Amino acid sequence: MTFSVLVEVRLRAGVADPQGATIERSLPALGVKGVHHVSVGKAIRFQLDAPDEATARATVDDLCRRFLTNPVIEEAHVSLEELR
Amino acid sequence: MTIGVVLFPGTNCEQDTVEAFRALGGRAEVVWHGDRRLPSDVDAVVLPGGFAHGDYLRTGAIARFSPIMGAVAEFARDGGPVIGICNGFQILCEAGLLPGALQKNAGLAFVSRTVEVRVETDRSPLTQRVTPGTVLRIPINHFEGNYTCSPEVLAELRAEERVVLRYVENPNGSMDDIAGVCSAERNVVGLMPHPERASHELLGSTDGNALLSSVLDAASVRT
Repeated sequence: MTFSVLVEVRLRAGVADPQGATIERSLPALGVKGVHHVSVGKAIRFQLDAPDEATARATVDDLCRRFLTNPVIEEAHVSLEELR
Repeated sequence: MTIGVVLFPGTNCEQDTVEAFRALGGRAEVVWHGDRRLPSDVDAVVLPGGFAHGDYLRTGAIARFSPIMGAVAEFARDGGPVIGICNGFQILCEAGLLPGALQKNAGLAFVSRTVEVRVETDRSPLTQRVTPGTVLRIPINHFEGNYTCSPEVLAELRAEERVVLRYVENPNGSMDDIAGVCSAERNVVGLMPHPERASHELLGSTDGNALLSSVLDAASVRT
């Protein structure tokens, strides 16, 4: 089986997000109102061959923990779907 | 006795660092990141500043997989002095040889100027020749120097006096004004300021030499 994987890397709650704050502060210059809680992260997409979904998830979780995120400041949200 | 200064693809402070050690009468040589072993005469390792592996994914995230890092970790486990300057500090954090992480500067400012840092302890290979409380003028040059760790780790760093350097005026939002920390065994030290850029009158400060001399002393003890 082949899975399409999207890993969204976000800053952990409580970790300062200067990029999000800077975007939010610049919005009034555009005349846009009502936008708040802006945060900036990363999206990493890849395909993964695995025998089943549970194995695929375990592989992605391990990859996130050991490489794709720095657990001190970041957390990962994984979306995974089988490619047909 | 030689200081091994590791060159990763994208490192750009290795020659300055080697020259600064040589100007103090020490021996220093560049070590390639693709080697699996440190030269046998190396008695201290320095990971210098730059943008190892382009800082792709995160600063230091790829560098920690460079072949030399296994030997660096082993050298550290044996008690050898390992110093990470700027990008080297980021690599040591990613490699798990130091706690915490270096986050983007508060205010998203790339900071490049000479700052004052206070030496907080002389119990580290970087500061063993400096009296605690001494203020040094040393340049910083970074976008990701905002030191961050969990409250538990911060409490531990404070209790064990492992904050080696603090900024007199915080330039980047760094937690507890931290400019440098050391490992629990104290032989691994990371700092954001560049002592090699404060090693000659022409550079505007020679205050970095006190730190570099400490590293030479720490290395000579192992010889």
